[in-house]
Amino acid sequence: MQEPAAINLLDKFSAHRMPHSQDILKRLWLELRIFVPASMASALFYYLMYRDSFATNLIYSLCSTLFIQGLIEVGRYSLAYRMRKRSPDNLDAQRNWPGWGLMIPWIVVSGVLGYVAGRELGDLLTGVHRAPATITDNPRALLLSMTGVFVLSLGITYFFYSRGRMAAMETRAEAAMRSAAESQLKLLESQLEPHMLFNTLANLRVLIAQDPPRAQAMLDRLIAFLRATLDASRSGSGSHSLSAEFARIGDYLELMQTRMGTRLNRRLDLPDDLAGLPVPPLLLQPLVENAIKHGLEPTVAGGWIRVAAQREGSMLVLSVRDTGAGIGGAGLDVLPPGGSQFGIQQVRERLAALYGKAATLELIAASDGEGGTLAIVRLPVS
Amino acid sequence: MARAVPWLSCAFLYLDLLIPTAELSVPIMKATALIAEDEALLAADLQAQLTRLWPGLRCVASVADGEAAVERALVLQPDVLFLDIRMPGMTGLEVAQALAEDWPDSAKPFPLLVFVTAYDQYALHAFEHAAVDYVLKPVQPDRLEKTCARLQAALRQRAQSQAAEPSLEAAIHTLRELLHADAARPPGAQAASPLRVIQASVGNTITMVPIADVLYFEAADKYVRLVIAEREHLIRISLRELQLQLDPECFWQIHRSTIVRCDAIASAIRDDAGKLTLTLRGHPDRLSVSRLYADRFRGL
Repeated sequence: MQEPAAINLLDKFSAHRMPHSQDILKRLWLELRIFVPASMASALFYYLMYRDSFATNLIYSLCSTLFIQGLIEVGRYSLAYRMRKRSPDNLDAQRNWPGWGLMIPWIVVSGVLGYVAGRELGDLLTGVHRAPATITDNPRALLLSMTGVFVLSLGITYFFYSRGRMAAMETRAEAAMRSAAESQLKLLESQLEPHMLFNTLANLRVLIAQDPPRAQAMLDRLIAFLRATLDASRSGSGSHSLSAEFARIGDYLELMQTRMGTRLNRRLDLPDDLAGLPVPPLLLQPLVENAIKHGLEPTVAGGWIRVAAQREGSMLVLSVRDTGAGIGGAGLDVLPPGGSQFGIQQVRERLAALYGKAATLELIAASDGEGGTLAIVRLPVS
Repeated sequence: MARAVPWLSCAFLYLDLLIPTAELSVPIMKATALIAEDEALLAADLQAQLTRLWPGLRCVASVADGEAAVERALVLQPDVLFLDIRMPGMTGLEVAQALAEDWPDSAKPFPLLVFVTAYDQYALHAFEHAAVDYVLKPVQPDRLEKTCARLQAALRQRAQSQAAEPSLEAAIHTLRELLHADAARPPGAQAASPLRVIQASVGNTITMVPIADVLYFEAADKYVRLVIAEREHLIRISLRELQLQLDPECFWQIHRSTIVRCDAIASAIRDDAGKLTLTLRGHPDRLSVSRLYADRFRGL
């Protein structure tokens, strides 16, 4: 199943490219794979119908199938080619399928012409000379023969149609998988942000000489943070307890505390009765990171960050509040460039995938005097 | 770090060849340095490493944000500046730009710059392009040693030539290159279509100002002053964010805090000291052009 998908992909990207000899061989092999069984089936059909010798029927069948299949395929390719020329965006044409509307009349033409031509060739090969009238004499036999021919033609066409469709579906599935993998990689990259990592390592390098126990403690936090980030990126759909979520945020903030010193004040509020509730792993991480990176880090004085959980009826409300630079006077459309939108978009997508419309993320400028940003996630308690 | 980046080690090798080994063993050279780094542990460590590698280097100040770096550097006029790229307030690049614009003519030679960064691929590209020295965090001792050798060689050469002016000229040339390279950031930074109308709010009223009416923009703390013929508005945006939404053909930056609409410029006047001042059509304000952007008016 791999090769047709590959061919289809190539077709898609360079419709007017001359096919390579390998492609042509692959296509001919595909033709042969339907040609042989179709010829055998029709030989058997006529053998059972007319009780001639099987060998004779096989010769006639091979000849007819050759012409019919040849005509169908030439028609299919050239019709699709013309459609591609006219409308390059046509997906069917891109996988060499001009549509049933054009193919049905062409199948009829191919069937009749191919059958007649095949008979002529068969006569030539077997050395039999029949008067052309002999077939038309018996309308029932003619009808039967033609039915066989059309079933055969339809079968051949359907084979190529379904092959093409399958290949297209595979290409689509492949593209979907690729884009999922890409977004996962992007997420991991945004979470393991190199700037944060190298700065943390730089601090660690200093602490190892100055204060080994503190360096060890910092390294343990870094290990826990890295492990959690990698685990979450591998099994994005799992869940862990809210207390685990807060512990991982605590690790991250502790690392930032070492770097920012007194410029960072932090508070985590998790009521005991909510600690066991399941949440998607590291759901809040991008929001906390944004609060630090775009909120507190750019300001000279620093400020505080508070991550809190509370229950409102059947909803779990998680909030991340900072007193940093804020999201600007002009509203959310002008979030600073540099990945903050990606983090927010990622949280939104995860919430939508897991809870549909039941969960929301709200990002607002904090309304009290201290300024900064407030992010609120609401999700249903299961 | 040098081992991980082959072309970087090639650059070092090349520089090592330029600096004769005999010169490295001359008596300890005296110099002053200013360190701008927002993370206290890293600032202290950089200072300690520098003291160990270059006993004659005296760290006259260690500051934790961009504004303080500009202020202290102008007062203390150190020989060498170590600038972190990502700092609160201003970036290291902006600090360098501000210093180049405000550095007094009569002062000591413009400081030698060394940028310090944990990771910033675009800035690194700009440094490479403009041949500016930089070190990566965590700072590696052997890398820092090479930087010190380079700095000493440059200071020695400077002492021999005894000319202050060329060092400022050279610094300005380098910074222009740097700003130019830094402006070539990836797509997404520049707005897709230029702004056409600016919404300036005064009390409860939002005034719509067509972009063609604007004479110039001037940064003022967290705001931008928008000056039109008969009045002015304050808009809450940084000049940098605003600039990304302006047509660069039409709006020229002439100072780190001024962007002028080029059609509004009436004349450019150069005084005896070589300072450029712009007069405007239909407005009495005079705008001064900083050294960094003066080359724009050379052809007029």
